[in-house]
This record gives sequence, C-alpha cells and structure tokens, in this order.
Amino acid sequence: MGDLLREPLTWGHALIFAAAAILLMGIVLGFVTYAIYFERKVIGWMQLRVGPNRVGPFGLLQTVADVLKLLLKEDTIPRKADRVLFVLAPVLAFVPAFAVLAVIPYTQSLYFADLNVGVLYYVALSGISTLAIVLGGWASNNKYALLGGMRSAAQMISYEVPLVISIVGTVMLSGSMNLRTIVEAQSGGWFWNWHFLPQFIGFGVFMIAAVSELNRTPFDLPEAESELVAGYHVEYSGFRFAFFMLTEYVYVYAIAALTTVLFLGGWHAPAPFLAVVPGLIWFILKFACIVFFLFWLRATFPRVRVDQLMGFGWKVLLPLAIVNVFVTAGYIELFIKH
Amino acid sequence: MIRTEELLLNVGPQHPSTHGVFRIIVKLDGEVITDATPVMGYLHRGTEKLAENLNYTQIIPYTDRMDYVSAMTNNYVLCHAVETMMGLQIPERAEFLRLIVMELQRVASHLVWWGTYLLDIGAMSPFLYAFRDREIIINLFNELCGARLTYNYMRVGGVKWDAPDGWIDKVSEFIPYMESKLEEYDRLVSGNEIFLARIKGIGVYDAETAVSYGLSGANLRCTGLNWDLRKTEPYSLYDRFAFDVPVGRTGDCYDRYRIRLEEIRQSLRILRQAVEQFPEGGETMGKVPRVIRPPEGEVYVRIESPRGEIGCHIVSKGKAEPYRLKFRRPSFVNLQILPKLLIGETMTNLITILGGIDIVVGEVDC
Repeated sequence: MGDLLREPLTWGHALIFAAAAILLMGIVLGFVTYAIYFERKVIGWMQLRVGPNRVGPFGLLQTVADVLKLLLKEDTIPRKADRVLFVLAPVLAFVPAFAVLAVIPYTQSLYFADLNVGVLYYVALSGISTLAIVLGGWASNNKYALLGGMRSAAQMISYEVPLVISIVGTVMLSGSMNLRTIVEAQSGGWFWNWHFLPQFIGFGVFMIAAVSELNRTPFDLPEAESELVAGYHVEYSGFRFAFFMLTEYVYVYAIAALTTVLFLGGWHAPAPFLAVVPGLIWFILKFACIVFFLFWLRATFPRVRVDQLMGFGWKVLLPLAIVNVFVTAGYIELFIKH
Repeated sequence: MIRTEELLLNVGPQHPSTHGVFRIIVKLDGEVITDATPVMGYLHRGTEKLAENLNYTQIIPYTDRMDYVSAMTNNYVLCHAVETMMGLQIPERAEFLRLIVMELQRVASHLVWWGTYLLDIGAMSPFLYAFRDREIIINLFNELCGARLTYNYMRVGGVKWDAPDGWIDKVSEFIPYMESKLEEYDRLVSGNEIFLARIKGIGVYDAETAVSYGLSGANLRCTGLNWDLRKTEPYSLYDRFAFDVPVGRTGDCYDRYRIRLEEIRQSLRILRQAVEQFPEGGETMGKVPRVIRPPEGEVYVRIESPRGEIGCHIVSKGKAEPYRLKFRRPSFVNLQILPKLLIGETMTNLITILGGIDIVVGEVDC
C-alpha cells in the first residue's frame, strides 16, 4: 500500500485505492457492528445479565437486526424543526468520523494516506463533529436537545484543548506530526520505548480527554439520559439516529487506533522475541484493549456534573498538559540534544 | 437586538428520572433553575375516597398500591390503626412475622432507592446489583404470601399466612449475605470521587427547616435530629430489639445516602434478633369478630416507613366501612421542600435532589 501511494497515479492504481477504501469502510462498519455487540455483552456480564443472545448464534446478529429495524422506521422530522439543518446534522457528524480514519497507519506498509500533518488533520476534522451535534440540538427545536447540544459544544471545545496539547509532547519526542514517523520513533524492541511511559502525564490527559471527546461515561453529559432524556438526538429516529450512533462508534474506532499509534507503539511488539508475531496482530491487540477499556468505564462510573466537568477540564487537565509540554521540552533539551 | 430569555422546561410526567409520573415545571436561566413548580396527581386513584365504601379487610389491597415499593408497612399502618381502635390483641407469632416482613421490606425499599439513585447519577451497574439482592427478599415474600409486589399480607388481628417450613431459616441465611453485599456496595460506590462530588453539599437544609416542612425519615434525620418512630414511639415489638438510629450532620444528599445504607444494616440487626427470638408455634390470627366494626370515634396512628412517617387517621361511625380515612403519606409531605431546594441549582442537581428525597409517586398521589 505504501509503495503504491508513491507511484504515479494510473487507472489501475485508482481502482485499487477505491477497492481498498471500500474494504476499509467495510472493516469499520463490521467493527461498529460487533463493537456494539461486544459492548452490550461485556456490560451485560459486568451487570449480571447475559446481554443479547437471541438473534443468531450467541446473539451475533443482534446489531444487524437493530440496524434493519432503524432503517425500516418511519422517517420523522418534527414540524417546527429547521428541516435543512435537521437533515444536515447527522451527515455532518458522520463524514468527518470516516474522514479521520484515512491517516491511521496500521503497519509499516499498510496505511491509506501519508500526511506530514496527520495529527493536525485528525484533530481538525474531528472538531467538525461538534458542530454537527450543536446543529442537531438546535435544529430539533426541542429544549432538551438544545441543552444537550449546548453542553456538548462547551464540553468538546473545553476538552479538545487539553487533548491537542497532550499530543504535543509525543509529537515533540518524535519530531514529526506524521503518524507513521511517530510510530517509528517508538521502535526499539521493548515496550518501554513506547510513548506512554515517558509521556505518562500526556497519556493520562489524552485518555481522559479522549473519553470526553467520545461523549462516553463518565463524560456522557450531552446525552445524559437521566436528566436530558437523550440530549441532542432526542428528536432523531430511524436512520438519522442510526447515523449519530454510527458516528459515535466510528470515533471509538478512531480514538482507539490513534491512542495505539501515539502512545502504545502502533504495530511494534512489546518485546524483541515477540516480533515474530506480525505487526498487524499487535496493532489489533492494543486497539482491542483500548476499546475494552472504554466499554469497561461505562459499566463502572457515574456521570460527572457539568460545572465539575468544565472545572476539571480547564483547571486540571489543561495545566497538566501544558506542564507536560514544558517537562518534555526540558527533557529533550537536557538529555537528547546533547 | 440580543436578549436573553428564560427557558421554561417541562420535566416529566414522562421523564426517566422523575420516578414515575411526576412532573416539575422549571424555569431555567442557562442551566440554573430560577423557579420550580411541582405538578402532581397523575397517579391519583382516590384511595381514601374509595375506602369509604369498602370494609376494612377490603382496604388492605389498596394500601399495597400506595407506596408500592414498601407495601408491607402500608398494610401494617392500616391494620394497626383498626386494631388500636378495637383494642385487639395480636398473637406473638403474628406480630413477629409482621416485624420481620416490615424490616425485610425496609431493606428491599432502600435497595430500590440505592439502585435508582445511582442510576439517576449516571451509574448503571449498581442498579442491577441492588435488584439482584432485592430479588431474594421478593422471593421470600412470594413464598410467604404468593405475591412479589402487592402482598395483601396483613389482616386486622394478625397475618393471613403463617411462615412455611424453613422460611425463617432462609431469612437468617439472607442476613449475613446482605451484610457482605453491603460491604461490596461501599467498596463499589461509596468512595467513588465522582459520586461524592455529585452528592456532597447538595440540597442542604437545617433541622428547623426540616421540621417546619414536616419532613420525616432519612430526610429529617440527615439534619441531625434523632427521630425514628421505632425508637421514639415504639409500636409492634420494636422496644424488644437493640438497634441504632443513624443521624447525619450536614443535611445534604450525602448524609441521606449514608443514613439509608446504615438503616439497611440496622434493619439486618433487628432481623437477626427477631429470627433468634421467633416463637416456635402459636396462632397467626387473634380473636377478631367476623365483621370488623370499630367503635365510633377517631384514631391516628403513625409508624416509620422506609420513606418516613406514615400515618393513618380513621373516623369510624361504628359501621363496617370507615366514615373517613386519611393517610399521611411521607413521600407527599417530603416532596413539599423540593421547590425551595431547587432554586439556584442546576438541571443536573435537580435529579440529584429529587432522587435524594426518595419519593414513590404512588404514595405522593395516593
């Protein structure tokens, strides 16, 4: 894949790229289908339930059935809603979610775009989804949706700042914003070469901010079901609702992949003697751990309050992220440069 | 021209966290509540009026449906009122059975509260753990009287069913189990920083306010007032058992949380003693006339339900039906402080405070 990208574009190459893109989309959709199944099973077991087990063997077709149900539902738009924005919002949420996946490198040679500003591209595009949530909340013309949308805007803007600054540390260590170069900088054979150890503050801040960006427990305020009923997508049903859900899980994929790349050494094995196992397997394992961690949180934590959330974001995470940048700079200046 | 507007938000009657069909109309300035008007009556069934055309045994199933999370104490307050009027003697075995089911009910009721409160705060798992443990109590009740929620178990003069063989042993097995589960609850939830930050210092009021609003139960004891009818005006056999009344200091949601968990422990303590002293044999129904006709007059009795002080006022004209029946429902009275507590709080705290008061809408609307 990497070699193909560097060769001049011909019709044959274009066809391969198109096929690869469709394949990636298939993989992502398959991931979303079974991530939802996995989440329901894991949380079910943690909560003494069995989870879905009726549709198909072990309930494996549950999500498929759910999606079919959503597709067959009547497409309702509230009479007083802003029709254009109401229709636009789910699309606007879902396009950037898929677009950010382009820059994720899976192995040394398997990647879809080799951008020199990959990190920046990811951060910039994922920010657009916030707009979609605010639009959806506003266009629904529902007070709960509006409150959810506004909370979401406040939350995502506040947590994007520490998220970006926490990445700066790892970017400084690798000397590049290219995600492939960042993974290469974590090579060395052993797991302590990965950035999560030298960048432990950055890693912590990144994980917390990422959970918040994903709107997942304990930061699921935009859709806090016990106070805002369902938040910004309270008026959405059928396929439009499915798009919002899809976006959410595609972001789980994206964040898990990004964490693996930025902090967990991407496709590198944790020890030299384990390098016989292909890099893709290591990538998938690390990726799966992050996904499990995100689902685990949901079964464990209560929800934080809006003001506490904002206070925590600005007063704790942001200073920590900035301190991390300074410490990293000092470390590079003192130990690496000379 | 830019101007700000207050947002009038209708919370309920269909809302996941109003615990039934309760409704509050709140005025929001941003996320801050400037005014709150509770609207109740969506579950009003006219129990008190219906009772005027029913004889006393027929009223008992209606009391099940008031506070449906704690039906046993409702049964008791009605029977106790009629028995007080008629001066009936209750056989000891029956009184023990009543006390055991009431304390089990208190544990079950607090478990429902604990689970749903955590659900309000946003944690899903504790709800299922609480219901797992409540299920054991429900099964015990099912074995005793054939119903899981609306028991219709007590009668004027005693109880309808004697305990089946081995039932008391099952209760005594449940006590150590529940104690170990309470420790698990504490480990899982009571020290969680997010949870503590959500409930500490929220919904604070002092003892004077609590008394002037007529609050009772954990809502009163959280202010530091030691007032539990089981201690202060012992009814049933409560004066035979040793137990403590947990009280709070600050009067916030955290104190209410702590008190309710501690009350489960104290209930288990009472249960342990009651199971030990449970009489071997004996009647479960006292000597009661075939038609229950309390003498002309009035009576008011009150007992400690899991939600607070539940009272029953009967006016009798010497007939088989009451002339007038009035229940003092703790949920209804405790709810009156809600608008006062909500002013200046955020939308999120609304749910925390409402959950902390612990209402059952069936009892609010009666």
